Amino acid sequence: MFEPIKVSLESLNLVTLAPMLIAIAGGLVILVLDLINSKLHKSLYVMLTILILIVDFGATIGLNVNERGFFDVMLIDGISIISQLLIIVASILFTPLALTSKRFHEYSYPEFFALFLFMVAGFQFMVASDNLILIFVGLETASLSLYTLIALHNRSNSYEAAVKYFTMGALAAGFFAMGAAVVYGLTGSIELYQVAQILSVRMGETGIMAAILGSSVLLMVTLAFKLSLFPFHTWAPDVYEGASAPLAGYMAIVPKIAAFVVAIRIFGMYIDLGIEWVRIMILILAIVTMTLANVMALVQEDVKRMLAYSSISHAGFIMAAIALDTTEGTTSIFLYYALFMFTNLGAFTMLWISRHKVRRFDERYDHPYSKFSGLVQIMPMGAVIMALFMLSLAGVPPFSVFWGKIYVMQAAVNAGYVWLAIVMGLNSAIAAYYYLKLIVYMFLKDPVKDMDTVYYNLSKPLMVVIGLAATATIAAIFYVQPLVSYLYYMISASGY
Amino acid sequence: MDNILSVLIFFPAIAGLLGFVVDKKSARAYGITVAAIEFLLSLWLWFSFDTGNAGMQFVEMIPLIPDFGVNYYLGVDGISLFIILMTTLMTLIGMVSMSIEKDVKNMIITLLFLEMTMVGVFVALDAIVFYLFWELSLVPMLYIIGAWGGPLRVYAAVKFFLYTFMGSLVMLVGMLFVAYVYHSLTGVWSFAITDWYALVLPVNYQLWLFAAFFLGFAIKVPMFPFHTWLPYAHGQAPTIGSVILAAVLLKMGTYGFVRFSLPMFPDASVMMITPIAVLAIIMIIYTAMVAYAQKDMKQVIAYSSVSHMGIIMIGIFAMNAEGIGGSVFQMLSHGIVSGALFMLVGIIYDRRHTKLMSEFGGLASVMPKYAVIFGIMLMASVGLPLTIGFVGEFLVLLGFYEISPVMTVLAGTSIIIGAVYMLSVYKKSFFGPVTKEENKTLKDLTPRETWSLIPLVAIVIWLGVYPKPVLDPINKSVNAMLVFMEEKAITAEAKDIIKVPQSATTAGEVK
Repeated sequence: MFEPIKVSLESLNLVTLAPMLIAIAGGLVILVLDLINSKLHKSLYVMLTILILIVDFGATIGLNVNERGFFDVMLIDGISIISQLLIIVASILFTPLALTSKRFHEYSYPEFFALFLFMVAGFQFMVASDNLILIFVGLETASLSLYTLIALHNRSNSYEAAVKYFTMGALAAGFFAMGAAVVYGLTGSIELYQVAQILSVRMGETGIMAAILGSSVLLMVTLAFKLSLFPFHTWAPDVYEGASAPLAGYMAIVPKIAAFVVAIRIFGMYIDLGIEWVRIMILILAIVTMTLANVMALVQEDVKRMLAYSSISHAGFIMAAIALDTTEGTTSIFLYYALFMFTNLGAFTMLWISRHKVRRFDERYDHPYSKFSGLVQIMPMGAVIMALFMLSLAGVPPFSVFWGKIYVMQAAVNAGYVWLAIVMGLNSAIAAYYYLKLIVYMFLKDPVKDMDTVYYNLSKPLMVVIGLAATATIAAIFYVQPLVSYLYYMISASGY
Repeated sequence: MDNILSVLIFFPAIAGLLGFVVDKKSARAYGITVAAIEFLLSLWLWFSFDTGNAGMQFVEMIPLIPDFGVNYYLGVDGISLFIILMTTLMTLIGMVSMSIEKDVKNMIITLLFLEMTMVGVFVALDAIVFYLFWELSLVPMLYIIGAWGGPLRVYAAVKFFLYTFMGSLVMLVGMLFVAYVYHSLTGVWSFAITDWYALVLPVNYQLWLFAAFFLGFAIKVPMFPFHTWLPYAHGQAPTIGSVILAAVLLKMGTYGFVRFSLPMFPDASVMMITPIAVLAIIMIIYTAMVAYAQKDMKQVIAYSSVSHMGIIMIGIFAMNAEGIGGSVFQMLSHGIVSGALFMLVGIIYDRRHTKLMSEFGGLASVMPKYAVIFGIMLMASVGLPLTIGFVGEFLVLLGFYEISPVMTVLAGTSIIIGAVYMLSVYKKSFFGPVTKEENKTLKDLTPRETWSLIPLVAIVIWLGVYPKPVLDPINKSVNAMLVFMEEKAITAEAKDIIKVPQSATTAGEVK
């Protein structure tokens, strides 16, 4: 006879699951609505999605710090709360971009919004656990939804992007499973806090280093795929190009935040154990990624591909902060993404409003540089705002990304890596060139002759999003202080 | 008005924002009015400035990011006061004399934003605020060169931006490191320059940090061999761009040396005297020779401007009151004189659409007023006594004589070579018979051009004859800085070389 399992409901601490359950339930509600009446307009779904995400936000912000729940697989510490908040805010900013003035295929399906909410829930699971299996489940839920969202864009290169992303993602998933298996084989546990305890006891044993090396390399490969770090970045530009502009902007932020949280948990643990070559490996990956992506971005002819390489480079920049393994370093990751989020989403939205159904400027690309030449004469406000985003991405003060950059560099200097800060500085100088290139096209060249309106796709909701992004970019100096102190408090509270 | 510095910074910026509403045809009048008000405000700053006080005045401090030690911290002393005045004056005069017809409104708005960043650099006492304005000043200049410049404008503008941007990012790392050291010693985050002054750093730290700051400032000055962006920028920029670039933007670099490098790293600065003096002398002689070889009048002025920046650099590293005070004075003189020369070249360019000297000749008989003013500015640039150029150059050479007589003599050749190329410009363009048919009908200066140049001529002669009202406050602050540097220096060598004046009240020239 088996004993019935007895678990008291209170010990489950179900409130820790509430944010994800809200998102999932919201997705199901959207599907049910569609079942009842399939003629509903997309604006309804957009607003419902935003409302659900707001409730999700409320549920997340109300969580207590440093709690575990649901058989201890859920971990609600500081970084899980702030990363969930960032994910939700970015998602809220993303959703209204469906309300373009022209109709696009994917938004006519309510499933798009349901999948979107499932994806958000997946990312939330990924960051709110230190259980390797739950992380894996969250990662796959989110990724599978994301592949579908990309493919829904209904163009041949969107399918290509989705399939490419899917195959690469599947490979990465395989590596993750193998890495987790090695960790389990080493320690008999998949809970990272137990893994850390057991490993710290067994550190002295002969031959254990080879196994640790195996596990960390396998897990590193997975996360490098997800973070598009060199040499696993090759999928990223194609996928960004195939995906719709807002989705590409979204992919440059949210999946990366989630992957960074996992990287902090896993590699932070390895570095804390005193395994120095994990740190070296991260530093090499980070530096090669930021430099190489910068060089690649220099030669791109398409603005979207340039932004794709630029976001790879930014990811490399941030990756270096993980190697520091200080509270400031970890704070800088979140600060950077909180500031980068607005600027990057704003820049991609500017591409989105200029998106035509058929390519009009170039055979190969949707957004060649020449499309934007002389934009200041056609759409002065749009050109100024786009230039603002570019300057911010280049790290010109006082715009938002500058504060992120300076904080990362300060963290590097404080941790004794002055050379790293110099490498970061020089990389920012290289990056300035390709951001300037777009500004040069917009301000210093004349429009191409046969050009019609660039702001083809503009609508009120898009203007609101761009306005919000621009305000957040300009006024960064006024909210960096509360943001830093909140992030620092949350991160130090959870012991990172 | 205690917050006059904030007003000085943000008045042009707000005016620039409101300027978007102003009608295109009235934009120029609007810009000139705003710049005039700004200039009057800066005059007010001078009159309410306490010349007996060597320290920072009109200090404002508002915490911006306290956790990170960033404050909105402003102040002005004798060193920065007159550079601010020169900034507002040159912006005003540049705007009055501006001959641009295309997109005047955009130009006016850009200039007003540029004025904000320039004033901001000179009043900032917080390193991050300084850096903020320093970087931000690149953007309007990029636009001015890129949108109104010559055929190679985009290349010149991007080169200007990237070159300066790269140097200042290295400087930023230096700033972050100083903040880190400050934090590890005191437990407090601070980017305030006045706090950093109190840090006594070990010599090897000083050397590294000096190098980091040097890269940022030297590119801006521009020191040889980082000067290659400047001839392009000047060659392609419209007249107003060259005027502002030569008069104000280059001074940011030399001002940075006085404000950051010397007081923060006295020992490293003393150790670096010889290398920097050698670079500066190469810069003086080499660029003067290059200037002589130019066919284009504007390029001559551009290279002569680089050559004279070498004098300023030498003066700063003389480490005594005459040298540093003289080079701060020389910054003003260089700003006014080279600004005026660029305006003069712009005037002839507007009439003939060429700047080649071979196209001119005998202009003195066709345009007498123009020739007179050009002559006066040329003399001031060469450093003729009783012009503003002489005072600064003389003090600098006097100051550096204490360091090395040989190098002073070499630097002094700048006056001779300067006379050679400047007089040859004058001879080729102004004297002799009128060779070209087009030149015979050239109009002399219009009233607008005359009235924008007359104030500069007046200043050139006034400060050449009686520099005391400007030199006194400068020297007071420089002396205070030297006393402080001498106290702070840790190596005996540095203590030996940094000359503290016997009486802190003696004006440099009298001594």
